[in-house]
Amino acid sequence: MRVNFTVNGRPQEADDVWEGESLLYVLRERLGLPGSKNACEQGECGSCTVRLDGVPVCSCLVAAGQVEGRDVVTVEGLADFAKQRACGSTCGTPLDEAKQWAAKGQDSQTGEGTELSPIQQAFIDAGAVQCGFCTPGLLVAADEMLERNPNPTDADIREALSGNLCRCTGYEKIMDAVRLAAARQSEGV
Amino acid sequence: MDFLRPASWEEALAAKAEHPTAVPIAGGTDVMVEINFDHRRPEYLLDLNRVTDLTEWEVGQDSVRLGASVPYTRVMENLRAELPGLALASHTVASPQIRNRGGVGGNLGTASPAGDAHPALLAAGAEVEVESVRGSRLIPIDDFYTGVKRNALAPDELIRAVHIKKADGPQQYSKVGTRNAMVIAVCAFGLALHPETRTVRTGIGSAAPTPVRAKAAEEFLNAALEEGGFWDNGKIITPSVAKQFADLCAAACNPIDDVRGTASYRRHAVGIMARRTLTWTWESYRGTAARTEGVA
Repeated sequence: MRVNFTVNGRPQEADDVWEGESLLYVLRERLGLPGSKNACEQGECGSCTVRLDGVPVCSCLVAAGQVEGRDVVTVEGLADFAKQRACGSTCGTPLDEAKQWAAKGQDSQTGEGTELSPIQQAFIDAGAVQCGFCTPGLLVAADEMLERNPNPTDADIREALSGNLCRCTGYEKIMDAVRLAAARQSEGV
Repeated sequence: MDFLRPASWEEALAAKAEHPTAVPIAGGTDVMVEINFDHRRPEYLLDLNRVTDLTEWEVGQDSVRLGASVPYTRVMENLRAELPGLALASHTVASPQIRNRGGVGGNLGTASPAGDAHPALLAAGAEVEVESVRGSRLIPIDDFYTGVKRNALAPDELIRAVHIKKADGPQQYSKVGTRNAMVIAVCAFGLALHPETRTVRTGIGSAAPTPVRAKAAEEFLNAALEEGGFWDNGKIITPSVAKQFADLCAAACNPIDDVRGTASYRRHAVGIMARRTLTWTWESYRGTAARTEGVA
């Protein structure tokens, strides 16, 4: 079957999708967006977390056919998503700038030269990344929490990230990163 | 496999009548796990996400009509006053991501003895609204669970909503697991005080082939509370009464040994949870009663 939906603000079309396929599989294997990670395939680990119509969900538990016509944000689109949220409806690309637009390479291997969302920068600055496998899911979940709750308590952070497993860090640096992002957000940095 | 996408409830019923083997999928938190692990290859998947009425709820005079696909997150956010037991149970479901998708209809459809909503529904008192092209009916929650992962649905029926009695007194919910989040219940217990009828109702999860009420325990406690005038005098429940209640709740279990816990552990834990939830709810009832008296 064919599935049409929006990913990170762009209309996408996936063909030859098997009816039992998950959204995660479509993102990774058909749309070339491997940021959302595939680990447990049963909603236990949160590494495949994406926003579906704004709501954080495990993409491994969403059937591909269920996203027809809907809006998905993955970690790949998090920086743009956060930027648009920050400047509301007033921001966009000015006409002059748009006219001069040209495709340029982005260093997707290391992320250098790519703009990051505040939560991504905070994870780097706080050293909240070790093997990195859980990071995309944590970023999406943490970003959504900060959108909903700009001044979270430690309990709020733990609750919001309770569906994301990390086996490297012991979570302390992750907590630091989210606190840092919250503090920067409230200072308007 | 075919993917059926009805745009309305009527279309969904027609599709289910035409393909009774179709597996309904809403939040997908049970169905997709089975598909991902190759445990299930249904001929038809019946997607209910486009049937938007299923995500709505109405608060009525005596009960809440909760659409089958209302996510647990909504129950926690919006129905804590009306359905405190179910709201507490919802909070123990998995993680935010799962609670954003899963709902009570799926819990009932799967009918796992470990489903988190069941003890709360049994304790509050509920009816399941099911429908097919042949018509609609309300199944009392006590008759709904028929076996391990079996329920009273006919092959052509779909769960539309659950009618849950609004709380007329304190309700509590307790669950045993290895951590707070992302855990399937080793066992669970729900308790609701119903001061209007001067009764207590219970629900036990994951300690018998189906979710069950501890009816002998309820009868004992109802009689003991009546006899001692507890509903009126608001006294602390006698420890011997609480202990007898806990023992009868443990006796209502018919558990098995499995990877999550042994049968004897489950019986023991249900007894403890019964005593604790009784104490919590009763303290809350006494507190309310005392405040009312003070004002009057």
